Order: sequence, then structure tokens, then C-alpha cells
Amino acid sequence: MAFLVLPLLGLLVRAPWSELWPQLTQPQVGQALRLSLVSATLATLVSLVLGVPIAWVLARSTLRGRSVLRALVTVPLVLPPVVGGVALFLVLGRQGILGRWLYETFDYTIPFTTTAVVIAETFVAMPFLVISVEGALRAADARFEDAAATLGADRWTTFRRVTLPLVAPGVAAGAVLCWARALGEFGATITFAGNFPGTTQTMPLAVYLALQSNPEGAIVLSLVLLAVSLATLLLLRDRWLGRSGVPT
Amino acid sequence: MRRALPALAVAGLLSLTACGGSASPDAAGTSSSSGSGGELTGTLTVFAAASLTDVFTGLGDQLMAENPDLDITFNFAGSSALATQITQGAPADVFASANQTQMGVVTGAGLAEGDPTVFTENVLEIAVPPDNPADVTGLSDFADADLTLAVCAPDVPCGAAAEQVFEAAGITAQPDTLEEDVRAALTKVELGEVDAALVYASDVQAAGDQVEGIGFPEAEDAVNEYPICTLAGSQNPGAARAFLDLVESEAGQRALTDAGFRSPTS
Repeated sequence: MAFLVLPLLGLLVRAPWSELWPQLTQPQVGQALRLSLVSATLATLVSLVLGVPIAWVLARSTLRGRSVLRALVTVPLVLPPVVGGVALFLVLGRQGILGRWLYETFDYTIPFTTTAVVIAETFVAMPFLVISVEGALRAADARFEDAAATLGADRWTTFRRVTLPLVAPGVAAGAVLCWARALGEFGATITFAGNFPGTTQTMPLAVYLALQSNPEGAIVLSLVLLAVSLATLLLLRDRWLGRSGVPT
Repeated sequence: MRRALPALAVAGLLSLTACGGSASPDAAGTSSSSGSGGELTGTLTVFAAASLTDVFTGLGDQLMAENPDLDITFNFAGSSALATQITQGAPADVFASANQTQMGVVTGAGLAEGDPTVFTENVLEIAVPPDNPADVTGLSDFADADLTLAVCAPDVPCGAAAEQVFEAAGITAQPDTLEEDVRAALTKVELGEVDAALVYASDVQAAGDQVEGIGFPEAEDAVNEYPICTLAGSQNPGAARAFLDLVESEAGQRALTDAGFRSPTS
């Protein structure tokens, strides 16, 4: 336990409290924080739209290649994020399989844009949501769905009115995990999206670069990120996580 | 993390030299024989900037081949990390820094033997993908917002140098990304994801056919000088002097220019 907590205490002990305000009010800090919050939230929304159906397929369908599908979904969990960033380049980069077509047809490139940040974060964070939701779906009693079906509800209505409310806590927990992971994403982002203040420089990137020249500033930025993460977890814990527990 | 690393490296080095000592216990103490032609013995520890890895490893192999009883150990890392390790007491015989600032840290602490000499220089170059698809011709293209451009972040040395040349040329650069180090900027060129990046000439050389280098006159405003010196606490001053002589010899200078460095102008 001390192993997990001590580094965080170290941040608090070494923090340059007297310089806190001047460091915090630098325009780059607000810029990076806003970009981090916006892109992590967008990545979570995209993950919800894409991830919940995937989780449903993994938990409910009798598809043959399900175990292969599950393995593929979890690959980004174990892949070093930098490798993920390179992989995204090879597909969506200007010279990538899809990216080249986009570039030649629409003169549009994804790397070095905020879109690239959201894509990189979604790639790394979505598996957390899928795994959580799949666990919740497995734990939920499928007989409720059968009952709804026998009462004449079609599959979409059953999913919307019965399944989703049953697994709502699991979806919420997954979304929080996903959001937290996206907020802290570094490797895939700096590789695929680059680093430019206001467009692609999220908080973790700002921390890393500040460390090269201004360690005090890096500590302050780290504290901000820590505070935001803790506040979010505490806030949501009371509403969802506390009651049902994290279903993983 | 930054604070912990040098300490770890020092610990690693201590155990390394300890091992070397036990392998040839009598050699370390009575090692030094004076430079010219004589057989050098013992252990020589060279601390050198990471960009010198290939060249110095080659020169070290050459010196060891000429002196079978000599054992050379290299510690390649960022110059600032090396300077910190030396001032913290790491047992080094030679220090080659990638800039004057970090050499100043060592000389300032009174740890250098004599005055350091500049043995090579590195200048910025424009790296473009093969065939130069965006027709980049010079530094002024970095002001073109339509191009996709990478430069190093101002927090790291190559970014500081980039800022210097842009300022000297009166150019407002329009980069799309500020990379965390020079290798990352080069990788983006190798992948063909940027039209041009500002890196060191030695990096362009190391990348081989994967990038093309374009020199530009403004690079003279941010020349990176590499100073080298022997250290006052050296256990093997004879071998240290011999290594310095080799680096500054014609063969050493040729190895450096082959790797994209250039001979000192002053």
C-alpha cells in the first residue's frame, strides 16, 4: 500500500507551494487542462458509442470467433502506448493505409490535430470500458431479457428498457475508468498527435516537457492532474461506484 | 525520476569498475604508461554524450586492439546527466560533452585536468523525407503554415538551438508539433508524416537513406561545440591522454566527419 501512496505523498511534499499560484496562472496550464478534459470526455463518448455494442456481442452473442474478438479488444491494454501510436500512424497517418486515401481524396490529414488526440486516447482507453460493461452484462440476469421478449418487446426495446438499466452501474464505472485512462494518456498521444500547445499538448505531455527545463512547474502540473482525477473519482464514487462496486 | 537516475547510474558504474578491478587486480593500480607507442594497461572509463556513441565505440575498439591489456568502458548518456554523475563522484577518466554548458559544470567544480578543448561541432540541418515531396529548400519554408513541420520543444537542447536560428533569420516558425527530443522529430520524417524537421546533421547521417538533409546558412548561429577533457581524479591518466589524442588525430576526426559531425572551425 505504501508503494502506491508514497509517490503521491512525494508530490505533495516536494510541491513548491509558494510558487503555486504564479505557476498555475500561466496560460499554457489552463490551455493544456482544458484540452485534456475535452479530449478525454470526447474519447469516453466515442468509447461508449463503439464499446457498449462490442461488450454486448462479447457477453450475449453466440458468435463463433468471440474469444478471438475478446483477445483483439484487450490488445491495446497490454500494448505499450507508444507502439499503439506508431500503429495508428501506419493506418491513419498521411502515408498510412486509410490516411493516404483521406489525404489524397480530401486533402485531410489526421496526425497533429485534436482529432488525433481523441483517436489515440480512445484506442488506449476503450478496452477498459468494454471489459467493465462485459462483466456487468454477464453478471446481469438474462432471464429479465427473456421475459421482456416473451412479453412482445423487440430486441432494441429490450436492450434499451431492460438491459441498459440493469447494467447502468457497470457502464458508468467503465466510463469513469475509460475517462481516467484517457486523461492520463501519454505515449500514443505524443507519438500520433505530436505536441503543440492548444491543439495537441495535453496535461501529461506538458508535465513531461516541463520536467526537462522546469521541474518545479512539472510538479505543479502533476498536482493539478492528480487533483482533477481524485475529485472525479470521489464525486462519481458516491453516485455509482460506491453502491455496486466495480464489476471487473 | 530525474533525481534518482544519476544515483542509480553511479551505483551501476561503481559495481562495474569493481568487477573490472577484481578481474585484473594488479593492473588498475600500476596502470599508466605514457602515451606514445607504449603499451597501455588497466581500465579506462569514458563518459561521453549519447550522440557520440557510434564514433567513440569505434575509436575505443581501435585503441583496445592496439593495446591488448587496456580495457575501455563507456558511459553514454545525456551530457547533463553525465556532468551530474561526475560532480557526484563517479569514477571517470575522460568527459566528452555535447555542449559547453555541461562541461562548465565539471570545470566549475574543479574536476577537469587542464583546459577542455573543442574536438568537434554539430549544426542543425533540415531533414526531409526521400525525394523531398514538399520541395523544401531552406529555413524560410518553416514559416509556411501549409506545410506539416516538426521542431524540438524549446525545453530540450535541439529546440533551444532551433529557436536561436529562427530568431537570427527573423522567421516566425509555424511548426505543427514540438517534439520531446531530436530522435522523435527524426522519426516523424522517416515515417513521412511531416514535410520537414529541424534536427542535427549527425542525426541525418545516422538515418541513412530514410531522410535527406538540407543545410542552411543560418545554422551557423547555433553551432553546438563538443568539448573534451581528462579528469583530475583519473586513475589512468596515460590512457586518458591517449584516448584524447586519438579523438583529435586525423583518424578520429575522419570518423567524426563520416558520422555527420564537422571539424571545429575555431
